[in-house]
Amino acid sequence: MQATIDPAVSRASAATRRDPAWRGRVFWALAALVLLWPMLVLTEFTPWVLLHPGALKPTLRFVGDFVPPRMDGEFLSMVARETWRTVAIATAGLTLALLLAIPLALLSVRVLSVSALTGHMGFGPSAVRQIVRWLLIVLRSVPELIWALVFVRVVGLGPTAGVLAIALTFAGMLGKVYAEILDSGETHATTSLLRNGSSRMQAFLYALLPQNAAELTSYTVYRWECAIRSSAVLGFVGAGGLGQMMDASMKMFNGSEVATMLLVFMALVWLADRISAWLRRGLA
Amino acid sequence: MTVDLKPAANEVYKLPPRLFDARCKACWFFLGVVVLVASSFWTLNLQWAQFLSAQAFVKMGRFLGELLHPETSSAFLNKLLLATLETLAMSALGTLLAVVIGLALALPASKSYEGDPARWRTLTRLLLNALRSIPELVWAALLLIAAGLGPFAGTLALGLHTAGVLGRLFAEAIENTPTGPGFALRLRGVSEGRVFLYATLPQVLPQLMSYTLYRWENNIRAAAVLGVVGAGGLGQMLAFHMGLFQMGETSSILIAMLFLVALVDALSFASRRLLTR
Repeated sequence: MQATIDPAVSRASAATRRDPAWRGRVFWALAALVLLWPMLVLTEFTPWVLLHPGALKPTLRFVGDFVPPRMDGEFLSMVARETWRTVAIATAGLTLALLLAIPLALLSVRVLSVSALTGHMGFGPSAVRQIVRWLLIVLRSVPELIWALVFVRVVGLGPTAGVLAIALTFAGMLGKVYAEILDSGETHATTSLLRNGSSRMQAFLYALLPQNAAELTSYTVYRWECAIRSSAVLGFVGAGGLGQMMDASMKMFNGSEVATMLLVFMALVWLADRISAWLRRGLA
Repeated sequence: MTVDLKPAANEVYKLPPRLFDARCKACWFFLGVVVLVASSFWTLNLQWAQFLSAQAFVKMGRFLGELLHPETSSAFLNKLLLATLETLAMSALGTLLAVVIGLALALPASKSYEGDPARWRTLTRLLLNALRSIPELVWAALLLIAAGLGPFAGTLALGLHTAGVLGRLFAEAIENTPTGPGFALRLRGVSEGRVFLYATLPQVLPQLMSYTLYRWENNIRAAAVLGVVGAGGLGQMLAFHMGLFQMGETSSILIAMLFLVALVDALSFASRRLLTR
């Protein structure tokens, strides 16, 4: 004999089993697909191109060339020289950026305003600070690669363009963050000095700077690490260093040279990361 | 009789470092920085003379002057709009790709509970680090060989680099989740996949979303310039017109780029302020 199931019970169990949110899920899944479609078209997302024999064969040959990486002395010394140039471009660029960032940061710090001591900053000083802030934001928001493209046009291929590009972009970043660090800390000592008649430079050197020196240095070291990474990339538009050499090797499809340089580049990034972490730990 | 030994008010055995040592450390640091900076400038033989010469200033002035007349014909503006959309699509799809790859790699790269063997942890972490330490632009230049010129190479490049970044962040988020819910499920013999879906994922999802949005913001900026090696979007257009010395077009593209970057900055600033208020 077959057991008869009460239809009301089976309906109830079906209702409890049904996902209460299925309508929402289906809607969002469809919406995502509708959004995804134009993106796939716009980016010409065609993964099967990768498997086309015309593309696959040179790729496999290029990647197969990676092992073994080229390791002869002549090439390695050339790589070492370019690696040093990458570090040097980053360091020189950051130094010039500091020369620009420190005065601009000092100009835009609110704590060092004398008129603000009365409770309300005057119109002139406030306007100057806002303009300097905007300048810093503009400097920062132009990517260094664009600066490099522009300067390669003006000064020609080579490290000068890279140094200038890093100097301008990083001046914006450093100046903005320096001002933020100086403004966000404890202001008691600074305002006391200002109220008692010390000059703004004195108030900065004896109160604001010692309070924030560790944080400022730590941020600068971190940015130095970023500058090394971006100076390697700037080489791809002709601004010297490891990137330029890598670009040349890639254009010649020389896999073994590219492999060596990629390894050196990863080691360089890793080393910069370690050094910067070590220094920042010491400062904390 | 016992005597209560109170700890000394100032712990004499924990003196601050000797002043000389502390100063010495700062001196060495300072000396190192000076040597590094001096040798950098020394070895680069920068062409200051050329850069600061009257000729360079004239060149720079003419360059900037030419940039003041952006090309505004409607046909060109349509092309520009399309390239901007292409840039946005590259960044979004690249980020999506990165989330998928990153999550797939983050699972083996995380030790999610006490006693998890996590056999693949070291290997996947190494892979994630390798993906992460090669910048997008280098990936793009490498992928041009396989994927050809165009936005597809750029999308893949963004995806691979960001997968490294997100994978590591995801793995750390998974490792830092409270293990209680997962433990309760595991105790009842629920399989690992379900434990992840019903215990770990709901807990880490907000964090994963915020990391993803943050990287998307970064990727929009990166996608704008990625094209200069030929990987699509505004950058490719810029490299093309700049190479042909068509300064009007170059100027329009630069304005579009800056506008895009400023828009992203403003939106991210506004949304952050809205969310943290």
